[in-house]
Amino acid sequence: MSDQGNQNDQSGLSSGLNNRRSTVNRLSAENVTLAYDQRVIARELSVEIPDNSFTVIVGPNACGKSTLLRALSRMLKPNEGRVLLDGQVIQSMPAKKVARTLGLLPQSSIAPDGITVGDLVGRGRYPHQGILRQWSQEDERVVQESMAQTGVAELADRYVDELSGGQRQRVWIAMALAQQTPLLLLDEPTTYLDIQHQIDVLDLCAELHEEQGRTLVAVLHDLNHAARYATHLIALREGAVIAQGAPSDIVTAELVEEVFGLRCQVIDDPETGTPLVVPAARKARTAQARTDHRKVAATKAP
Amino acid sequence: MTATSTQALRTRAVRTGGLSLRLDLRAFTVVVLLLVCALAASVVLIGTGDFPIPAGDVLKTLFGGGDAGQEFIVNELRLPRVLVGLLVGAALGLGGALFQSISRNPLGSPDVLGLSQGSTAGALVMIVLFSGSATAVTLGALVGGLVTGLAIYLLAWKQGVHGYRLVLVGIGVSAVVTAVNGYLITKADLVDAARAVVWMTGSLNGRDWTQVWPLLALCAVLLPLVLANARGLRMMEMGDDVSYALGVRVERVRLLLMVAAVLLTSAATAAAGPVGFVALTAPQLARRLTRSPGPNLVPSLCMGATLLVTADWASQRAFGADQLPVGVVTGVLGGVYLLWLLVTERKAGRI
Repeated sequence: MSDQGNQNDQSGLSSGLNNRRSTVNRLSAENVTLAYDQRVIARELSVEIPDNSFTVIVGPNACGKSTLLRALSRMLKPNEGRVLLDGQVIQSMPAKKVARTLGLLPQSSIAPDGITVGDLVGRGRYPHQGILRQWSQEDERVVQESMAQTGVAELADRYVDELSGGQRQRVWIAMALAQQTPLLLLDEPTTYLDIQHQIDVLDLCAELHEEQGRTLVAVLHDLNHAARYATHLIALREGAVIAQGAPSDIVTAELVEEVFGLRCQVIDDPETGTPLVVPAARKARTAQARTDHRKVAATKAP
Repeated sequence: MTATSTQALRTRAVRTGGLSLRLDLRAFTVVVLLLVCALAASVVLIGTGDFPIPAGDVLKTLFGGGDAGQEFIVNELRLPRVLVGLLVGAALGLGGALFQSISRNPLGSPDVLGLSQGSTAGALVMIVLFSGSATAVTLGALVGGLVTGLAIYLLAWKQGVHGYRLVLVGIGVSAVVTAVNGYLITKADLVDAARAVVWMTGSLNGRDWTQVWPLLALCAVLLPLVLANARGLRMMEMGDDVSYALGVRVERVRLLLMVAAVLLTSAATAAAGPVGFVALTAPQLARRLTRSPGPNLVPSLCMGATLLVTADWASQRAFGADQLPVGVVTGVLGGVYLLWLLVTERKAGRI
């Protein structure tokens, strides 16, 4: 299942990253210090997003997941360090050029009053348009295609306010798809959705990754969803990368305890064979808290 | 594919060579109708007064075919007044639409944000403290509006300007400036106070060509600038993050459009006084007619012009020439409309 030596791998990985920086990967953060006003979220953080991966960023609340995503999508300017897109500092690139390469689905999106699905998806074409070229046949085609891919084509004339949460999220994803970017960043795309729609949205993401070869980066809360869908996982704690790699290589009980402070078992997911995190029973955890000084190792499945 | 066919009913793509546009047919029709209404109301308004002139004669005179007496009345007395009315209405409609869209709030209009009050304060300072000339009052109102706009922007700025903060700061500024205005009026002697109150109601009486040209020049410069940034503003309705991700330079577009909106409303207020409620109602009415999302800038502009000229005509018609300032009519109409809006929204369960 998982190797025990991920501590070593980790140090090897991070130094390796520094040496072979921006060899091929299109998007990376180099030694970035991220802060809101004076509140520092992350110091000297380096992350590479492997091309053609479905990268998922996980970590406890307030560990800097969304902040990292904001920095990667140039919403937040690093106080120090830089974010590189195709070898260029992202802030120095023209806004529309970035928007044609890298899309972002933020958490805070507002559907304007009385807007139809088709109209909203069409707005994703903005970076491809200009004052003279406002609605080309290409725009029309891409919008139809994006709606078909996300299964909202038959909703095209419906008002966005009338849709269910799951449908609405699909519409927003369709808008991001219409942007036609090889890289797509999603900030907690499954929040506020019930389990069926969560899986639905994640399936859609996996499809986009596998069939269209897009590079996806998502922040997810659910570790099991992350382990099941990600091809590359980045675990953050207090603004630092604790581990990164394929979920089956890095998700261990030790890692979960280190990152989330939660004692658990990691077993094979009976459906997919990917790691499945099962939190330890309350009694076991409280017992452990009492005997903490004995440094009881996290249990593994017998 | 019912989707495409009904979509095609509402909008039509116009494409020739490298040029492609999407035309919202309903919005386009609304704009044309409003323009026709505004022009018709203008012709009727020019014919209205102590010396009525039939519409046919007005048109003939406008195209250079009237007799000398009519020519003087039409071209020297009434045409500039109507033009000021059209321009002020258009500027207020456009300024209101910009502010409401930037603040993402239908109440985020210049009247509520304190810009009109700021212009009033500037005018009152000139009238009360300096007993200034008409030009001085106009300049004072312009400066007052611009200073207030700047103050609101700076106070509301915190890593960018956000909708509700803009509205709250604006309401606060408005309260302070209103208090200052009240103080200035109580300090004024009777003649100045009467003059101040007339100014504060908003009126088109005695407006001539010297008001038309600066206003026209300002609109001619600002309108293309605003329309060039309108697509960015449309994106900004979806939130700063989404529009930023789409490649809109959010803070730049917002600053540029806010400056344009402040200039438009300040200039309009300087020319005709704080004509109430046009900036608040014109965008809302336009939006309900076009039924189109987005800031509806051009329809709001046309609606503002139509509204103001029609209100002026109504006041002259009902109370005789130069009896009732147009601001009273727009205030009453706007107030009634706002109440109606609130009642219907409440019935629809949105408030």
